Amino acid sequence: MAAPLLQVRDLHVEFPTRRGTLVAVDGVSLHIDPGEILGVVGESGAGKSMTGAAIIGLLEAPGRIAGGEIILDGRRIDDLPYEEKRRLRGKMIGAIFQDPLTSLNPLYTVERQLVETIRTHLDVTPAEARERALSLLKEVGIPAAEERIGHYPHQFSGGMRQRVVIALALCANPRLIIADEPTTALDVSIQAQIMALLKRLCREHRTAVMLVTHDMGVIAETADRVAVMYAGRLVEVGPVRDVVKRPLHPYTAGLMNSIPVLGRKVEYLSQIDGAMPRLHQIPEGCAYHPRCPQAMDLCRARRPEMMVKGPSSVACWLHQEEAAVV
Amino acid sequence: MSEPLLRANRLAHYFDVSPPWLNRVLEGKPRISLKAVDDVSFTIDKGRTFALVGESGCGKSTVARLVVRLYRPTRGTIEFEGRDIASLKARRDLLPYRRRVQMIFQDPYASLNPRWRVADIIAEPIRAFGLLGAGRTVADTVAELLTQVGLSPDDGARYPHEFSGGQRQRISIARALASKPDFLVCDEPTSALDVSVQAQILNLMKDLQRALGLTYLFISHDLAVVHHMADQVGVMYLGRLCEVASAEAIFTRARHPYTRLLLDTLPDLTMSGKERVPVAGEVPSPINPPPGCGFHPRCPFANARCRGERPELMQVDDATVACHGVEEGRLPQGISFPALADVQGAAG
Repeated sequence: MAAPLLQVRDLHVEFPTRRGTLVAVDGVSLHIDPGEILGVVGESGAGKSMTGAAIIGLLEAPGRIAGGEIILDGRRIDDLPYEEKRRLRGKMIGAIFQDPLTSLNPLYTVERQLVETIRTHLDVTPAEARERALSLLKEVGIPAAEERIGHYPHQFSGGMRQRVVIALALCANPRLIIADEPTTALDVSIQAQIMALLKRLCREHRTAVMLVTHDMGVIAETADRVAVMYAGRLVEVGPVRDVVKRPLHPYTAGLMNSIPVLGRKVEYLSQIDGAMPRLHQIPEGCAYHPRCPQAMDLCRARRPEMMVKGPSSVACWLHQEEAAVV
Repeated sequence: MSEPLLRANRLAHYFDVSPPWLNRVLEGKPRISLKAVDDVSFTIDKGRTFALVGESGCGKSTVARLVVRLYRPTRGTIEFEGRDIASLKARRDLLPYRRRVQMIFQDPYASLNPRWRVADIIAEPIRAFGLLGAGRTVADTVAELLTQVGLSPDDGARYPHEFSGGQRQRISIARALASKPDFLVCDEPTSALDVSVQAQILNLMKDLQRALGLTYLFISHDLAVVHHMADQVGVMYLGRLCEVASAEAIFTRARHPYTRLLLDTLPDLTMSGKERVPVAGEVPSPINPPPGCGFHPRCPFANARCRGERPELMQVDDATVACHGVEEGRLPQGISFPALADVQGAAG
């Protein structure tokens, strides 16, 4: 088996505040193979974006990595000095964010932004950079690219803007792209276009993707594997088919059941009562136990570790018997 | 058969997006109007849910604002229990209507005053409309409303920022219920919420509808949510309705190509292995809509008539559809967009 492209081990992200230290990411371990699409799913505040931001080195102060390590392509990157990290971003790891309007500079033309990024990471002449920018825009499906390259971001529609952002992320042929809610701001028909594009480009370039989203539908049709997060912790990781069809963790099961599905008309949606705990009120033991219909005494007392079960792993005491603790 | 509570007839709302007066005079620029809503007619029966779906910019929120009379329609009528409220101008004339029609907004972070305690937010409609029953205090009524939406009466003393998104949406609902309305206009009430919380709010809304006999105008871009909530569905595109039918008809035998497109671009959670085939193109600008049928630039079945003549809504079996193709019976039956994409490929 090939070595994973990205290996995250026991990652902790903390925010020191006046009310004490908030643990936004609590002991997350995961890996992404070359060319693989890993979906990271969870509700707002689950720590999925924080995990992505920690990997790319864009945690906003006072947030900081408090423990664990991040290894990209055999090299540890979480403890690199700022300047080296900066060179890594774009070159090795690309980023696509939710709102394409805020991730593009409104004062520069698309050409200038693309050329600047290309020349920062690749040793090319301005003419070559422009050539590459143009071919990238064509690749992401922008019609009349020769003309559009001179336009400003506001002259593009939302879907087209997100295509420009994808072109920008691909500038230096990164090995990994962190896509944080790339289609949340877009309409469904445009969402389908963008996801198909992202999937095709990553297959062609053999770029791995960490797809952070709250939308299980997007994950189900795009990702190879899924990691489910809850209250800063990983609760389940597995092949997308297994997680969607046969979820192991009660939270994943509850999440899947609460999504209205076409063709499954029910009078009431099954709901998970309560809300995800705030970060300064995470309960003892398993963070999900106050909302879990199957909670036992053990769940209230001790936090479950990830246990391997079949092709997946799950952090839930219900699976303790059959599973081997990792 | 229940009687209609609300009937919108050829409703239109244009926004003036002209350049400033001076530019028009000096540079000879014309007046420009954006037809946000054009010729929209629908009927909502008492105790039922009518859903409007469509992509951003299709005018569904403008319809919501017209119905609650935050906007005055440019043209058309809105009959509430047979009485036209679109023509009312004076604040006083609208007051009885305002009490009976309330709105729930998308963003519960923006629609609650952060400086007011929850109890004051919910009490405002009670005070404004003088609705306090004999021998009751405002505090009792507020506590009752809070309990009704699944919050604790003690929560009234807290401020909105102390609540999560789902709880805030419950507060919005309690405020809407405070004036004892018959009709709620819900503009994307769960779009800002996480799915597990969305399920809670949708279930609550169904419970309240049953208990209080409420009628909903439910605006959403999420077809799965609409499928769950609606009795009747109207699909909007570029300010116009392109299909109106019962939820059952829309979701089992959608007729308009745009409705089919919307259904086919939904992510497939059942993992049937069916690939979404993205449809090319985007929604055109409503300032400069294409002539004829607004959907023709993206429609694989468009012909010369679609490009020139605007289709009107007409009855087709159990639905009303605005499509020349459906009218002429030249659309293939019951096929979904992957097949349409083949047609497109063959034609191109």
